[in-house]
Amino acid sequence: MDAIIRVNDLTKSYGPSLAVDHISFEVKEGEIFGFLGPNGAGKTTTIRMMVGLTQPSSGTAWIAGRDILKEPVEVKKTIGLVPETSNLYGELTAMENLIYQAELYGVARKERKDRAFRLLEEFGLREHQEKPFQALSRGLKRRLTIAAALIHNPKILFLDEPTTGLDVMSARGLRKLILDSKKKGLTIFLTTHYIPEAEGLCDRIAIIVKGKIRIIDTPQNIKSQIKEMEILEIGVDLISESLKNKLLLLDGIEKIVIDENRIRFHTKNIDQVTPGIIKLFEGQGAKMETINTLSPSLEDAFVKLTGLDSDLMKIDKPLKMGGE
Amino acid sequence: MEEIRKAYFIAKKDMGAYYLKPPLISWGLMLPIVFVFAFYFRNPMGIKEVIPGLIGLTLLFSSTSMAAIVITFEKRIGALERLLLAPLEIRTILFGKTLGSSVFGLVITFLITIFLIPIMGISIHHPFSFSLIIILSGIAFSLLGVLISVGVKEVFEAMTMSNFFRFPMIFLCGVFFPVPSMPFPLPILSYLLPLTYTVDGLNHCLFEDKGIIPLHLDLLILLGFVFLLFGLSLFIFKKRIRQEF
Repeated sequence: MDAIIRVNDLTKSYGPSLAVDHISFEVKEGEIFGFLGPNGAGKTTTIRMMVGLTQPSSGTAWIAGRDILKEPVEVKKTIGLVPETSNLYGELTAMENLIYQAELYGVARKERKDRAFRLLEEFGLREHQEKPFQALSRGLKRRLTIAAALIHNPKILFLDEPTTGLDVMSARGLRKLILDSKKKGLTIFLTTHYIPEAEGLCDRIAIIVKGKIRIIDTPQNIKSQIKEMEILEIGVDLISESLKNKLLLLDGIEKIVIDENRIRFHTKNIDQVTPGIIKLFEGQGAKMETINTLSPSLEDAFVKLTGLDSDLMKIDKPLKMGGE
Repeated sequence: MEEIRKAYFIAKKDMGAYYLKPPLISWGLMLPIVFVFAFYFRNPMGIKEVIPGLIGLTLLFSSTSMAAIVITFEKRIGALERLLLAPLEIRTILFGKTLGSSVFGLVITFLITIFLIPIMGISIHHPFSFSLIIILSGIAFSLLGVLISVGVKEVFEAMTMSNFFRFPMIFLCGVFFPVPSMPFPLPILSYLLPLTYTVDGLNHCLFEDKGIIPLHLDLLILLGFVFLLFGLSLFIFKKRIRQEF
């Protein structure tokens, strides 16, 4: 597959601080490419530079073969962007918003209504087509914003934190729509700070921290970066303070994570450490309810590769005023 | 041609979406009507003298009110981003915004004019020049509103700034007092403001020989204001986009 997006040494600085620090990568046609990182990592700034909303400090990018700096208007014809805040026109109805977008993108008059109807149908919005945008729920607003970004049949769809602020069902429905769009041949570039979302949706992921890309690969290959690490998970009835203290003295354990009644031991040699752990539990009178060996998750890989606490990734940015 | 069509779509959407916004109703529609009635009830006979000024004021307030809110309001709710994302030149966005507010201003002024002129028994001596003065002034005033709205962040700032320009114009531009009768240096200020040429031009068209500046000069200067204000708005808008986005 050919690269439909090529980013070369793209940089954005605000005064002395670098929001995006000389990043380069390629996105192949037809894939879902994810930018994964905590808030403030530079994901949104990167997307905004690529779609022509923010001027890069240096470097450039080619979208569908066109330079974003030299041919911004031509680039905009080939892309659709769904920003983090659903920002269609509150006074216009769902249908009017789609028609207006079609007009701005130069969709032929006779096609505008057909395309709008098709998208409303596809995104489950037909019964809401006459409602003003401001009267829709947050999930429906998000759907309509994606539909508006697709009205001109773009080659690439940029999604900035698509499920942030949505309830579980809306987020799930939206992820399905994203996967369906990929099946139709659309290239999708998305940013997210939800690790499971990146893992579930993306063909390839770039992990970005403090404006720098740490790794670009498939979720599988990223996980295999910490293949030597194994995880033993033990479920116990009660974790006493004395058991906790003794656990810290065990040899051959890289990391211990206690999550309610489950204890996870990260080790490079599970066979060697398991007998010692079981002996310790028995000695402390702790009743083991379950014992499992786990493969490292993308979250584990993320923590290992970035040195960041994965809890940082669970913090949502506050939503901006004016949209949801 | 494609760009003109897209500017028309922007204007059409703005007129449909914003004509009922409170700042537009209060400043753009109610205020000119209140002016007309206030002068009529104070001196029904003397109102004829100030008809060109009242038409000019109606045009000024209606055109600037619409222009001053559309960009600031859309910037605030994030919708301006949609225009910046669309395959449009920045000048097309400004043209569309100006077109919408000019048409709004012209419609309001047309309604007030067709109501006032027959009632006052006034006839238009130069209909073509009259139309040109109204159209050029409408565009110039809209651009003044656009210039203000691209320079500020909040809707209330836009309204405050608009009034900072608009209210002095009521007294400085020959609406109620002829410019030459003003004490120095006020006439210098008057000749820097577009409404002066609107009122003077309308005086030519409605009362022959009443204008001070030759009619063709009024038209040329208003055209100059259109280019100057568009150029300034474009420059500031591009600068603000670079700073804020």
